[in-house]
Amino acid sequence: MPEPLSQETISREIAELAARSDGADHPARDYPPYRSSGLRHPHRPLVAPPEAYAELRGPVFGASDVTPLDADLTRQHAGEPLGERITVTGRVTDRDGRPVRGQLVEVWQANASGRYPHQRDQHPAPLDPNFTGTGRCLTDADGRYAFTTIKPGAYPWKNHVNAWRPAHIHFSVFGTAFAQRLVTQMYFPGDPLFPYDPILQSVTDDKARERLVAAYDHELSQPEWSLGYRWDIVLDGPSATWMEEGR
Amino acid sequence: MRPTPSQTVGPFYGYALPFRGGGDLVPSGHPGAISVHGYVYDGAGDPIPDALLEFWQADAAGNLDGKPGSMRRDEVDGSFAGRDGVTFTGFARVATDLDGHWTLRTVRPGGAPYIAVCVFARGLLHHLYTRLYLDDGDDALLASLPADRRATLVAAPERDGVYRFDIRLQGEGETVFLDLG
Repeated sequence: MPEPLSQETISREIAELAARSDGADHPARDYPPYRSSGLRHPHRPLVAPPEAYAELRGPVFGASDVTPLDADLTRQHAGEPLGERITVTGRVTDRDGRPVRGQLVEVWQANASGRYPHQRDQHPAPLDPNFTGTGRCLTDADGRYAFTTIKPGAYPWKNHVNAWRPAHIHFSVFGTAFAQRLVTQMYFPGDPLFPYDPILQSVTDDKARERLVAAYDHELSQPEWSLGYRWDIVLDGPSATWMEEGR
Repeated sequence: MRPTPSQTVGPFYGYALPFRGGGDLVPSGHPGAISVHGYVYDGAGDPIPDALLEFWQADAAGNLDGKPGSMRRDEVDGSFAGRDGVTFTGFARVATDLDGHWTLRTVRPGGAPYIAVCVFARGLLHHLYTRLYLDDGDDALLASLPADRRATLVAAPERDGVYRFDIRLQGEGETVFLDLG
């Protein structure tokens, strides 16, 4: 029997890789502390294509793809979900700070107890009949998105013994180019689980990792109603040269 | 501005991202419709049941403007209504099934000779781009690759209107993935 994999081992690996951080904005696809990455990353280097057409354009979405209620995850069932009501808002821009307008933002998350309504989530925490945990909206003319939801709970997973994911909301974001596609996770400030989590720590650069953490913004909180968080999203790539030269 | 880092799509996107008819860019029986299908494999050669593929392509006339309506919603009950059966949106999204298998129904893109593909999966911290070519023809990327690597990007005709395209994330026969940085 192999030794059960301890947090101590994972934390040591995290520290070793952090010490060797190359300051990259994105996680390395080969990040051993996240064990599932082992067989799911390419060994060969990525190839820069000499030409790109389709990747410099991207899918478009419109009013028919989103209903107004989709942005309020607390109103998708007959009753109110349990948990701490929050609003999450921010802007989607490209690396030059230009707003990404009219594009689709999708979110999904666990409920307040840290449970997903997915058959493979067998965490013995209660499901909430009044909370599914999915939402979508289109960005406005300023690139702004906004969701009303409840704060998700932390939950255990099987990467190693006593592995717990910090509370997070999954985000899927489209830019104007398919090459700007982003799927990521937004975290909540001050979560004590940050240092233990190999998924968050896969972003080894401190500043880059901080960009995954929303800011509590008291101005966004609504009296007697909800707490506000602000989280701006900057889409990567394709390089400006490609976009300008239509390479 | 520095970009927001990527994170894995995780295992639980299944009730959020896939939508009804996500892989059907054209209805069954559409003139010129082709089906492309395949598996997504990991480095041990095992199929991946929790991968999500996105496809983006020009329409048959080569138009890359795209159109809304890929994930039309029913305003009455909030469910996915499906595509309208007429509009070619250019965007498809398919989750692999429990066998790691996926199917796309589309038409040949005009103009650019390929369908752009984006791969997400549990265990994959940053998505991967590749291309699906329907012919091993005259193309700058294909021409730049050695034969064995080039073959990973070209769908194999199986029978009339049906193509096979497997994606191997790692190891022998590893798919060519792109740096679009």
